[in-house]
Amino acid sequence: MRQIIPSLRMFIFMTCLTGLVYPFAVTGIGDVFFPEKVRGSIVYDNGRPIGSLLIEQQFKNRKYFWPRPSAAGFSPLPSNASNLGPTSVDLKMAFDKRRRQLSKADPDMVTEPPQDLLFASGSGLDPDISPQAAIYQVRRVAKARRMAFNQVMDLVQKYVQRRQWDIFGEPRVNVLELNLALDRIASTGSK
Amino acid sequence: MNFEDFVQVALYVIALIALTPVLGGYMARVLEGERTFLTPVLGGLEKLGYRAAGVDPRARMDWREYLKAVLWFNLFGFLAVFLLQLFQHSLPLNPQQFANVSWDSALNTAVSFMTNTNWQGYAGETTMSYLTQMAGLAVQNFLSAATGLAVFLALARGILKKNDDGSLGNFWVDLVRGTVYILLPLSFIVAVALMSQGVVQTFRSYKDVVTVEGAKQTIPLGPAASQVAIKQIGTNGGGFFNTNSATPMENPTPLSNFIEMLAILLIPAALTFTYGRMAKRPREGWTLFIVMLLVWLGGLAISLLAERVPNPIFHMSNLMEGIETRIGVTNSVIWSTATTVASNGSVNAMHASLSPLAGGIALFNMMMGEVIFGGVGAGMYGMLLFVILTVFLSGLMVGRSPEYMGKKIEASEVQMAILGILAPCAVVLIGAAISAVLPTGLSSLANHGPHGLTEILYAFTSTANNNGSAFAGLNANTVYYNLMLAGAMLIGRFAVIIPCLVIAGYLVKKKIAPPSSGTFSTDTAIFGILLVGVIVIVGALTFLPALSLGPIVEHFLMLRGMTF
Repeated sequence: MRQIIPSLRMFIFMTCLTGLVYPFAVTGIGDVFFPEKVRGSIVYDNGRPIGSLLIEQQFKNRKYFWPRPSAAGFSPLPSNASNLGPTSVDLKMAFDKRRRQLSKADPDMVTEPPQDLLFASGSGLDPDISPQAAIYQVRRVAKARRMAFNQVMDLVQKYVQRRQWDIFGEPRVNVLELNLALDRIASTGSK
Repeated sequence: MNFEDFVQVALYVIALIALTPVLGGYMARVLEGERTFLTPVLGGLEKLGYRAAGVDPRARMDWREYLKAVLWFNLFGFLAVFLLQLFQHSLPLNPQQFANVSWDSALNTAVSFMTNTNWQGYAGETTMSYLTQMAGLAVQNFLSAATGLAVFLALARGILKKNDDGSLGNFWVDLVRGTVYILLPLSFIVAVALMSQGVVQTFRSYKDVVTVEGAKQTIPLGPAASQVAIKQIGTNGGGFFNTNSATPMENPTPLSNFIEMLAILLIPAALTFTYGRMAKRPREGWTLFIVMLLVWLGGLAISLLAERVPNPIFHMSNLMEGIETRIGVTNSVIWSTATTVASNGSVNAMHASLSPLAGGIALFNMMMGEVIFGGVGAGMYGMLLFVILTVFLSGLMVGRSPEYMGKKIEASEVQMAILGILAPCAVVLIGAAISAVLPTGLSSLANHGPHGLTEILYAFTSTANNNGSAFAGLNANTVYYNLMLAGAMLIGRFAVIIPCLVIAGYLVKKKIAPPSSGTFSTDTAIFGILLVGVIVIVGALTFLPALSLGPIVEHFLMLRGMTF
């Protein structure tokens, strides 16, 4: 029984150290060195918060690039995946439906849509699509915006992020960034 | 696989091998009580800990005393997490005004974090206040890992030292030194690196935004970076957010992914070297390291191949369901194997949506008892149980009385080792069998057919081996599963810790015989092969029937294009 009191006192000490001092110290460093990042990489449009670079948002309009399907319904509360397995009939149905929608949006398209537009991500909040998925949508977006195909394609190429340090992960395009860039061109073009 | 995939796998393996002696050597110095370069900075904190708890760091504990300290200390950890959840609505740092957590979910979560499992029946960003996450869950991430380290140390001392008074060291010293000199500095470094990549770390309330197309969206925030760092370092794995390190807020870039992935295996791998140093026989440590590395790499190779098998239902391979674009299939599979050989359990992709055999490898990795790297400390003490068993079996084969590190291995040690190895296995099979026939167990399923059985099997395997990852289609936040799985986690943790300390208590009093020409050495390739054989055969014999009904049959049905 002589370990009870030391256990309790040690536990309180450890809670103060690892549960209060440590997270507050890390927060302090984050506030000084990475103030935007630690607060969610929020994007502002004329001072109005319109999203986070890290969180997928829904784009339904044909003049925008569409993101990946979201099993969380594009709501970060909470993040969610389908958790459907590779023999799931529900997954097959969702897959077929997404394929039909993509082909309806651009009926003349002959190439198959890239995988990431047909399958939902792990978080339901994947902010990126693959470069192929962006290129696949260029024609639809250009048509809807009455822009030249090459102009939209150039923009996509500009926003392709290569593997980090040319080594890690996969190439990708941040959908929110790309769509905001599109809107900027549209607004300067109309002036 | 293309060239880039090979480069990423190779870089990961090289980084792991390179860091093992560096960190392992440092940990050996810390855990044997020597001075290190951090002593001038953190020595005061260490002494403050002993003074705050009123303990004498020179006191010696035999196995009974050591075990009592472990159990009481863990009990307070459990109570704190349990109570914080039950009363979080009335406590500070709850900007989203989350309600108190239900008793069964709170009980499950408290057991889960105390036992280093971090099984999560809840969704963090819609359930837990900042205070509960930071001062409850994250604290247990540190302390459960430190507890694992301490038990490993006690067992290692029992094997390597001879003390007539039965002393295995001092739990408080092991706990404090492990936390102050190892877990805290490593977590600090990782947390800062993660913040530089965009992992959130703030006490502000969630951010409301109106999206480009005019929809309302709430961006969840919180002190995540500090917690994500230790959940990776401490083989805990409990995500700040619901989908763990698949969430961009928790794992925003490929680099953050690499860091988090490396952190999974870092300490468990380095502890093999630490052990070799403590034994003053580095080859003993490297033998265990190589055994672990090869078994893990074997599973990784099978998983990578399995993802490439075309799925005739979708006419594709490398399905992206449950996988993030920035991370991709290869890094998701490296992670899925690393997080299951180590008892980490964090995920960056949904294991339930992997191909049947890759999901099956994740499952089998845990079924081997979390000794291939395994948990912080827990992997090594579990592995040492297998070493004792292997020494015993090889003793039977060559007809000599078995010895390990010069100590006689006798019936009582082998009985305890068998208990520690088989208790989690029994819990997995019995728990899954009961749940697969009870209507309450089946009503939680999301997938049908063999995948549904795998969901249940995975839940019990994950909890009984203190891993914490999931085939997350299963709705585990029911009274039935909360209680069943809490029981599995408790048995999986303490039915291994207690036999380890008992064995340590037996061995520490035995005399150390010098090696003779007839000694069966345990630092050779032959021993390594035997050890792999014992681990894989115990796992396979126990679980092959269950695996055949789950992932294996699903693989063949998938090849025939069947859906459920």
